[in-house]
Amino acid sequence: MTEALTQWQRVETALALLSVDPAGIKGLWIRARAAPVRDHVTQALPPHRRIHPNSDDTALFGGIDLAATLASGGLVRSQGLLAHSAPIVLAMAERCPPGLSARLARWLDDAGPCLIALDEGAEPDEGLPAALTDRLGLFLDLTDLPYGESGSVRLDPGQIAAARARLAATKLPETALQSLTTVAAAMGIASLRAPLLTLATARALAAWRAEDMASDDTLRHAAELTLAHRGDLPDRAEDPPPQDAPPPPDPGETETTPPEPTLDRLPDDILLEAIRAALPADLLARLAAGRAARSAKGSGSGAQRKGNHRGRPLPPRPGTPGSGKRIDLVATLRAAAPWQPLRRRSPDATRLEIRQSDLRLKRYVETSDRVLIFAVDASGSSALSRLAEAKGAVELLLAQAYARRDHVALIAFRGTEAELLLPPTRSLVQTKRRLAGLPGGGGTPLAAGLRMAFDLAGQTRARGMTPTVALLTDGRGNIALDGSANREAAEADALRLARAFRSLGIPGLVIDIANRPQPALLRLAAAMDAPYLPLPRADARRLSGVLQAALGE
Amino acid sequence: MSQPFPFTAIVGQAAMKQAMVLTAIDPGIGGVLVFGDRGTGKSTAVRALAALLPEIIAVEGCPVNSARIEDVPAWAAPTSGRLIKRPTPVIDLPLGATEDRVVGALDIERALTRGEKAFEPGLLARANRGYLYIDEVNLLEDHIVDLLLDVAQSGENVVEREGLSIRHPARFVLVGSGNPEEGELRPQLLDRFGLSVEVTSPRDIETRVEVMRRRDAYDHDTAAFLKKYRAKDTALRKQILAARVALPGLKTPGVVLHDCAALCIALGSDGLRGELTLLRAARAQAAFDGADTVTRAHLKTVAASALSHRLRRDPLDEAGSGARVARILAETLP
Repeated sequence: MTEALTQWQRVETALALLSVDPAGIKGLWIRARAAPVRDHVTQALPPHRRIHPNSDDTALFGGIDLAATLASGGLVRSQGLLAHSAPIVLAMAERCPPGLSARLARWLDDAGPCLIALDEGAEPDEGLPAALTDRLGLFLDLTDLPYGESGSVRLDPGQIAAARARLAATKLPETALQSLTTVAAAMGIASLRAPLLTLATARALAAWRAEDMASDDTLRHAAELTLAHRGDLPDRAEDPPPQDAPPPPDPGETETTPPEPTLDRLPDDILLEAIRAALPADLLARLAAGRAARSAKGSGSGAQRKGNHRGRPLPPRPGTPGSGKRIDLVATLRAAAPWQPLRRRSPDATRLEIRQSDLRLKRYVETSDRVLIFAVDASGSSALSRLAEAKGAVELLLAQAYARRDHVALIAFRGTEAELLLPPTRSLVQTKRRLAGLPGGGGTPLAAGLRMAFDLAGQTRARGMTPTVALLTDGRGNIALDGSANREAAEADALRLARAFRSLGIPGLVIDIANRPQPALLRLAAAMDAPYLPLPRADARRLSGVLQAALGE
Repeated sequence: MSQPFPFTAIVGQAAMKQAMVLTAIDPGIGGVLVFGDRGTGKSTAVRALAALLPEIIAVEGCPVNSARIEDVPAWAAPTSGRLIKRPTPVIDLPLGATEDRVVGALDIERALTRGEKAFEPGLLARANRGYLYIDEVNLLEDHIVDLLLDVAQSGENVVEREGLSIRHPARFVLVGSGNPEEGELRPQLLDRFGLSVEVTSPRDIETRVEVMRRRDAYDHDTAAFLKKYRAKDTALRKQILAARVALPGLKTPGVVLHDCAALCIALGSDGLRGELTLLRAARAQAAFDGADTVTRAHLKTVAASALSHRLRRDPLDEAGSGARVARILAETLP
């Protein structure tokens, strides 16, 4: 077996392939922050047009060119960027809204030559929408690539042209189809687009290397470039547990095992090895985290804000521009258009006559997604009392969250620290599974749990969602933020954090799961400015009533 | 793409293909929802369906594809008045489409250049008598969903905006696809789909290899590949046309009606839409099979796709409602 490609060789190969067969490979997903290494890569991209996530439809798909139309007096249409056959570079791809990704996906399916997505995601759960990751053939992660190993990429135009000419005649071995499919399936890649993209990549790579029939090395490298980032590699000793599986079982807890690979045939080991060597160890874990968390950003039931800058447009209003209000040009023209023949002083005048009364202003309404953050106390004391009932209460709230299409996140705290079991997601099934597998035991790091809930609330708010925190605890916090077992410091820390919630105006709900209501928790709830609900006296209806109140409906 | 992948060349996914064929036989069934993993051929099937469907006869230049000249709406630009054959429209509703694009709006071109207040029809007008396809339907903005619900229900698009007051027919078969992991669909919209099917990636290597082989052949020698499947596609089209003709003459025995009702009661599906869709789908299935009477076997064939999305859903039930339908089907109609 030959050596796997080095990281930088992989970059160079990917860029060459993109030039050889853009239509077959469909694109490249580059995960990197804006840095000199990335500049080396972007400089070598084929001639392209650049768009960003907020590019409007007119720019992308064409439309009426208002300026030219008004100037010339006749209708002038502008051509959208996607009408050109040049590759498109999508900058800031991690902020791509679902609407845009759906249309880009459609464009790729139909006509588009290829899309290069520059993903600057910093958090593991930021990333390219799945509709695009599924369709783009190649993936490069430049995050950990040292600058010293990179260099400017020079692709020989002659070699590219020759490879293009050879492309149609390039053949793959008979067995390639079978082994690539097997490998993709063994990696748990459900989508059948992935192996097809591997085929296209293998052809392009063989043409680039001037092989008539793709060699084993070529197949291996093609698989490295196209499949490595998509699936979970089985049987890897140092692999972290798959992110989708429940947390590791505690002795005595019933536990569902992660699903076995359902395919009974063994993968082509050599190909798998090659793919395995291709990536930094923790990349898969990070990508898996991203996959678990990457969820729909449709419109939700969170807070609505009316404004004049962002969001879904409301019908425009007549008014006078100024103080941050923006003119809705099209609506203004629409209002003025029917009057033009009347207002024209001479029949051959071509100037547009617009009066004050025609002016229309833009208005928007923005609805943000709500995210319900559950911070659940899984300490020994609460496990003894009513952890099971608390789980029941959470399920009840989950059912409500489902009805409102909210996102949910799950934090558990026990021992000395808090753990984010599930980043914000809409998948209730996952949430329920994590919750069912939640073991109990250890101290009560209430402050750490609050801290994590607070941080998560801040993050989700920065992403435009509306967080609500539901804290379920028995209130006997005995571990301080610094991890020491100091009951007084623990309580002080918890109160401090509770006040932080209030100062940021994050709505919350404190559910007391102790056997007897805890005065300390009542104080905590007061500091958080959150409703306090002792579970021993709560029934399902009251719980949901309080939640509704907490969510402000 | 000028020549889509042939419908009959799609490997497996029998439930999805069957549901689409049933709506082609009886558009009144009211649409198909295809939920499942990425890369399982959902979009491919819809594009293929467009090529498979028989042509319709429509007035040339009519914005809503009217079948008769007297049906052409008054606001439409004058048409030639000739009847032409044209492919059944299959219109894409992209995510993030604006309300203007969907329902239609003031025609800016004519407003600007001629100062006329004219209506520019939207996607709903173009989809009349055809299909409206929404990929990733579960990510659709709520306000567009509301619009669609209203129109899909009434079969008519009413535009009251910008001083326009216009109505036109908008009867279409709604085809939605999506990935349930990325978001749920509102029950009101779920209910508007007549049939729902779940697609999964094929599990065995042989099937997967066959999918790859066909797609690869299609990509590299499109003409030869299309030729290979043309006869099959034509046969299926003929079968659909024959079924359409046979549909009105089908006999529906009382015992089948009874079965429908019993099944829906046992499942506890909300409202009567379940029964009605189940019966329509069973009739279409019978017509497709060339039978002259609807039987319990037809009912069983379509029950899962007609009913599984109408059950009161327990959001935390992991097994999914398909299993529930199958179980109750076996109990109620042995």
